[in-house]
Amino acid sequence: MARKLLLEHAQVEGIHTYDVYRKNGGYKAVEKALKSMSPEDVVEEVKKSGLRGRGGAGFPTGMKWSFIAKPEGVPRHLLCNADESEPGTFKDRYLMEKIPHLLIEGMIVSSYALGCNSSYIYIRGEYMYVLQILERAIAEAYANGWLGKNIQGSGYDLDLHVSPGAGAYICGEETALIESLEGKRGNPRMKPPFPAVQGLWARPTVVNNVETIAAVVPIVNEGGDSYAAIGVGKSTGTKLISASGNINKPGVYEIELGVSVEEFIYSDQYCGGMKNGKRIKACVPGGSSVPILPHYLITKTAAGESRLMTYESLADGGFASGSMLGSGGFIVYDEDQCIVRNTWNFSRFYHHESCGQCSPCREGTGWMEKVLHRLEYGHGKMEDIDLLWDIQRQIEGNTICPLGDAAAWPVAAAIRHFREEFEWHVNEPKRCLETNYGLVKEKTFESVNA
Amino acid sequence: MSEATPKFKITIDGHTVEVDPGTTILNAARLLGGDSVPPAMCYYTSLKGSGGKCRTCLVEVSKGSEKDPRPMPKLVASCSTTVMDGMEIKNKSSQRVLDARSGVVEMLLINHPLDCPICDQAGECHLQDLAYEHGKSNTRYEFERRTFEKLDIGEYIKLHMTRCILCYRCVYTANQLTDKREHGVLKRGDAAEIGTFIENNLTNDFIGNVIDVCPVGALTDKTFRFRSRVWYTKPMDVHRDCPTCSGKAVAWMIGDEVARVTARKDQFGEVKEFICNDCRFHKKEKSDWTIEGPRHIDRTSVISANHYELEIPKHTPLLNKA
Repeated sequence: MARKLLLEHAQVEGIHTYDVYRKNGGYKAVEKALKSMSPEDVVEEVKKSGLRGRGGAGFPTGMKWSFIAKPEGVPRHLLCNADESEPGTFKDRYLMEKIPHLLIEGMIVSSYALGCNSSYIYIRGEYMYVLQILERAIAEAYANGWLGKNIQGSGYDLDLHVSPGAGAYICGEETALIESLEGKRGNPRMKPPFPAVQGLWARPTVVNNVETIAAVVPIVNEGGDSYAAIGVGKSTGTKLISASGNINKPGVYEIELGVSVEEFIYSDQYCGGMKNGKRIKACVPGGSSVPILPHYLITKTAAGESRLMTYESLADGGFASGSMLGSGGFIVYDEDQCIVRNTWNFSRFYHHESCGQCSPCREGTGWMEKVLHRLEYGHGKMEDIDLLWDIQRQIEGNTICPLGDAAAWPVAAAIRHFREEFEWHVNEPKRCLETNYGLVKEKTFESVNA
Repeated sequence: MSEATPKFKITIDGHTVEVDPGTTILNAARLLGGDSVPPAMCYYTSLKGSGGKCRTCLVEVSKGSEKDPRPMPKLVASCSTTVMDGMEIKNKSSQRVLDARSGVVEMLLINHPLDCPICDQAGECHLQDLAYEHGKSNTRYEFERRTFEKLDIGEYIKLHMTRCILCYRCVYTANQLTDKREHGVLKRGDAAEIGTFIENNLTNDFIGNVIDVCPVGALTDKTFRFRSRVWYTKPMDVHRDCPTCSGKAVAWMIGDEVARVTARKDQFGEVKEFICNDCRFHKKEKSDWTIEGPRHIDRTSVISANHYELEIPKHTPLLNKA
């Protein structure tokens, strides 16, 4: 049985209340950190643990923390990014809904490590009921002396606030999140300056995902080395995966990084295999923005090795034959699903969510959506496929923030791996409305890149 | 000036220039001039926070700095990236840059109405210049273009949102010249529009400057709309004693008539001294102004093509014949 670090007590009755959480070993990490560790010690433990950002980019958290500028007399801030809006990702919601105190505990320890005296949780507007859960939990934490002035007699002060957004995907980008928190329009900022130097109100700021901050709690409790012992290579610890799609048991699973993709999809402990005994057609392993994988590249890499649920193994082969772990939004498609429709759906989302600040993304996402719509509904032309390829290339890498890349990658990957399905939509304009293409023919890595 | 600050030496397309630390690549390129200068549709030197949005000024950094010679993986926006010592930049010499730029121009034009024949900005439009230089001659966009209703945002200014490229310059101008926020961007993505929420008149004394900063024909001067093509008018440097602004302006004349007044723009189309509404909209008599002489337009655009600067010879053979 795999170890659970975050969701260990998720099913305990009443774990969302302070008393039950405390009885189950809650706030021990705060006690340990405030009483026996210096802030530098905490940062050191996180570095040792090899924890990587769980929001999608996978940047080492310890390193991010050590980048924060520490000018004299300027307050620093820790922001928790709870604006989880990636289609296919719902792990943070589960965590905050079930064990809100774990996030609060993580916020206290992380703020202590960074020397922040006021920290913020930025939560998306659609999670209004989660906001209420968090606010109740924060009130309990204040009442029991874990927040506020002089926490547990340690001399450390911390105020924790929850601030809701208005439901924009773009506000999950860290600089847009900061703008939105400042009360402005959520447009991403130009970098540099990076938030670690000039973030919230031009003060040094660290923005971390909910899961990253929660993971600091077991790291402090059990030590960075013990956390690093879980996992494979540079992918250490556990990760929450939101599994959805045509599987028997969709839901949030905590896995030890390094579990094989095959085990994750087919074992009863996790997804429990494909629904209705269908064959698997494709898989998006890390949320809508990462490249889609065709059935022959899901469980095996192009080199024929077994693919594991790690940052490295999922990215094996680059974008030509790999994908990304991303935020852990694991979407599985069976043979009855239409890839063109799925790509159009994703692209419609990015069109709707583009902030409209920089031109390639503002105009390009809408254009892609229109072309994909045309293809899906049988009005497409053969040139449209090349046109789509050109548009995504004109967007990727040329925008201010990663939303442009996120919009371009799924389109690029769909054309790369499922081109014949796009062509079929053009050649069979009537049939594509009634039936689906089915499985794409098996290709080898060499034939794809010929 | 102290000698203590060392200058950074950078190379753009093989030309070397020494600049102060903290200069952006775009401004360094502007010191060099000529073909080294990337086009900029949204960056405006005097407006804080501008730049980075249009993505036409993308350049390739082929060598990061003397200390860290690694190239930057992505193309960078030259208007908002500061130089490092020993940096090597490729502008027009990089095919990657030219491809990306023509991609950006294509994106900018897919929803642009391309109504240059009836647009007041034609002839001095930066998007027009950019499209001539980097655009393609045909479009691959086959859908309905985005359109908006024309908006009156005050007594003197017409907002024609359909032409807008959302450079945000007017937003920054209005915010930075006035004490309160005047207008902003509403909605998001390709539905984003410039607006005064709720419909409101812009009445500030300096609000006319949003017309000058607009790189396209989205904001036009109602006192000049449809009166003449800009290349039929003759720009003259003029000044007057103005209690509100510097009073230094350019009067665009048709014969002895002042057709319109704008601020003085430099070769990159940027206004250095903003002028007030009074000078811009009300002083339309020749007697209001002291004329200094023809304005030299240092831009390769239609407005500088009609040789207005040349004196007409008094005794031309043609005149003698008559």
